Amino acid sequence: MKGLSAFGRRLVALTRKEFAQLLRDNSSLLMGVVLPLVLIFIIGYGMSLDVDRVPTAVVLAEDSPTTRSAASFTVGSRYFEPVYVHSLAEAETLMRQHTVNVIVHFPTDFSERLARGEGQIQVLLNGEEATTAMSAQSYVQAAVLTWAASQGAARAGLGQASVVSRAWFNDANTSSWFFVPGILMLVLTISGVFLTAMVMAREWERGTFESLFVTPVRILEVILAKVIPYFTVAMVGMLLCLVAGRLCYDLPMRGSLGLILGESMLYLVIALSLGLVISAITKNQYLACQVALLVSFLPTVMLSGFLFDLHSEPLVIQVISRFLPTTYYLELMKSLFLAGNYWPLILENTAILLGYALCFIWLAFFLTRKKVG
Amino acid sequence: MAEEQFVIEAQGLTQIFTPKGLPKVTALDHIDMHVRRGELTALVGPDGAGKTTLMRLITGLMAPTAGELTTVGLPVRGHEQAVQDQLSYMPQKFGLYEDLTVQENMNLYADLHGVPAAVRHQRFSHLLAMMGLERFTGRLAGRLSGGMKQKLGLACTLVRSPALLLLDEPTVGVDPLSRRELWSILQQLVREEHLSVFVSTAYMDEAALCQQVYVLNQGRMLAHGTPAELTAQARGLCYRVTPPAGSATRVLQCALLDDPAVTDAVPVGGEVHFLSKTPDGEVSLLRQWHLVPRPAKERLEDAFMLLLHADQRAQGKETQPAEAAQPVEEIHPSEQAPVDIEVKNLVKRFGDFTAVAHTSFQVHKGEVFGLLGPNGAGKTTTFRMLCGLLPATGGQLRVAGVDLRTARTQARANIGYVAQKFSLYEKLTVYENLHFFGGIYGLPPQRLEERIEAVLEEFQLTDRRDQPAASLPGGYKQRLSMAAALIHEPRILFLDEPTSGIDPLARRSFWQQITRLAARGTTIIITTHFMDEAEYCDRMMIQDHGQLLVLGRPAEIRQRMQMPQADMNDIFIAIVEQSRGEGASA
Repeated sequence: MKGLSAFGRRLVALTRKEFAQLLRDNSSLLMGVVLPLVLIFIIGYGMSLDVDRVPTAVVLAEDSPTTRSAASFTVGSRYFEPVYVHSLAEAETLMRQHTVNVIVHFPTDFSERLARGEGQIQVLLNGEEATTAMSAQSYVQAAVLTWAASQGAARAGLGQASVVSRAWFNDANTSSWFFVPGILMLVLTISGVFLTAMVMAREWERGTFESLFVTPVRILEVILAKVIPYFTVAMVGMLLCLVAGRLCYDLPMRGSLGLILGESMLYLVIALSLGLVISAITKNQYLACQVALLVSFLPTVMLSGFLFDLHSEPLVIQVISRFLPTTYYLELMKSLFLAGNYWPLILENTAILLGYALCFIWLAFFLTRKKVG
Repeated sequence: MAEEQFVIEAQGLTQIFTPKGLPKVTALDHIDMHVRRGELTALVGPDGAGKTTLMRLITGLMAPTAGELTTVGLPVRGHEQAVQDQLSYMPQKFGLYEDLTVQENMNLYADLHGVPAAVRHQRFSHLLAMMGLERFTGRLAGRLSGGMKQKLGLACTLVRSPALLLLDEPTVGVDPLSRRELWSILQQLVREEHLSVFVSTAYMDEAALCQQVYVLNQGRMLAHGTPAELTAQARGLCYRVTPPAGSATRVLQCALLDDPAVTDAVPVGGEVHFLSKTPDGEVSLLRQWHLVPRPAKERLEDAFMLLLHADQRAQGKETQPAEAAQPVEEIHPSEQAPVDIEVKNLVKRFGDFTAVAHTSFQVHKGEVFGLLGPNGAGKTTTFRMLCGLLPATGGQLRVAGVDLRTARTQARANIGYVAQKFSLYEKLTVYENLHFFGGIYGLPPQRLEERIEAVLEEFQLTDRRDQPAASLPGGYKQRLSMAAALIHEPRILFLDEPTSGIDPLARRSFWQQITRLAARGTTIIITTHFMDEAEYCDRMMIQDHGQLLVLGRPAEIRQRMQMPQADMNDIFIAIVEQSRGEGASA
């Protein structure tokens, strides 16, 4: 009983100290709470992969009712800002002046060929803006295909079914939906790995551990006292993102909120332990920062499916991503937000994440010793 | 329970480090020691002797390579936590949380040690009163001065009465007044609370205050005993001699160091204190100079220097007086010599913090000018402004006849600079480092080769020219940085804390080099927190908290303070107390 109370008393003292430091050091709070909000607004509004009001030149070389009807998808669409011209040369001039990024060219023999079932529309894209170009292309194809279908000419050979599927979801700004789960993951990774690694490394570097260790304090207390405040900060950051996502982007939450929070906590434990492991090895703030960047942040952004869809990556990348806990967490989040409670996936990924958590916790305790030098 | 007689017992204690890619380092070599309960015991040794390693072994923060070690009656191996429960330890960096207040730091340690709330209040007020920190309980530890940090660190270790108090170099870089206060607190604790204290230090005057002294050098325990026992080894060998009128003390001291009949010589209180190899103090050099030495009282430091020299001989590494040691030409740096550095009303502020307040002084050609003061006094800030590394907030600065505000680059061409952390490229060899530094000063190739050979010779680095800088011992690294700073033959040489972190023997040879350089007309500006090194300077200024406390020749200052033959520590304390007294009465 006495041992337990001594444990409790020391833990409270250390945790109180940790919170005091956290509140006085603006940089930790900035990283833990303000940065997530900035990220969600920048990425949500600024980094959307969808395009809005693409300046487009529509070349109606043959001004007939058929072509006008075919080109009608550009009228009043939020995706296009059309300029109508009558020759390709005019359109090209506009493209060169960067007035337009897309040219949709209905050739002179369009209606004639269409009647034969060989109707072709030429789409010219400004390759400098690759992302915009790709999105615009898929919109054009989808729109034309829709029109063709309505004309009973679905076998006109325009577009591919795979592209069409993307257009179906385009009833809303999906890429911000796609990004929010990723931002949650980023927030947890930053607070978990970075902040923890930095504050632990700071104690090694400033020599404060040296005097702290020569007291009755146990290593478990030191670690718990570091974990508790940063767990709190990360959860606050994540909740803020969740609320912001809901309010600003109408983020759907098709799975249960409990599961979303639970899985996030599990992932956070992994991130915190990884931070502890990094600091125990490097014992130096600068190095800890570099290593954290290399082993957590960059793979999280690049390889977990946050920015790039893993299915379209080379096999090597896909294999590598399968070794990252973030990949499983992100899969879960996307599924929970956008699809719903799909149990086989939840159970499998939770088991994998649990495995990682146990592994890193063990490693953190194995590496953090009351030793110096 | 019968209390053990000893709080630390070590037998054959050995610690070997094997850094990656570098040769093995024996930090501690078969150490035997028995530290008695209820006494104040000192561990003295130069930097790099292995003091911190020994402290860490005693606390169980490090596991020894071999040997037996018992702390407070417990074998450390396997009982680390039990040992740590009973100890208090203040590491070199004080181990304070700088973003917590004084009170919060003390609360934290009291909670960790399980000090009951009932006794806490009384204990805290007692400690705060003893340390003089009552008025600062709400201040962040990071905003305390060096001396106050050190006292807070001590207060945190004393929140409860430990079975053994370990202090690792508690007074490095702390001003002499705070040092004296700390030692009187320690003595009081041992006297009144029968505390066992084991403290490491590089200052001999501190070790002299202890009941037992252990002398450590390069991992070997050279001797132990009471200060009186150790000091007795130098009995009858110490002499003092007054330099001829008008000649700098360091010139005579430098010459004496090179004399084969002399073990050691230091300037003290305007005289040269030397250790003769024979009891009669017969030194032919002095006869040539028509000087008569008189016997002097031996000090613990003399015994320490004897032990160091004996150890070096035993290791076969006795540094021969350099053959290149040309006799120092007498020159008299005087106020008539041209002014090389002129500072008027210099001010530096960082936000609302005044680092340097209205400071004016002049340095003449060929002078050795010292900037003295404890850490945080404003030395380094003043220094950086002089080198043009930091813009001044106000005032005038002329270096080598050039206004630093308008012609910084031009001024720099006349300056050589040795930074506190020697700026050497560790992977490059001695030669490559010199080649690089010569290159950036724009020396033409042939001239560069000549200069490299010249400085290699001058600093006795010729046989190490192809060694990477990383593999050089501390003293050699320092010589190489000096060589690099002098490669373009600057008129003025700036040295920032060049003697911290090198052993006393290397410090002696460093000052010999400075003496020779000054004799050739190089102006030298040097900062140091070793007050006794003021004796080497022609003139000096002492700063504290950004204020210029005193400026002048050591002899003048002594005269002004009416403290003939006093050492610089006492003078510093007297000056600070005087200025505080004036502040209080004003």
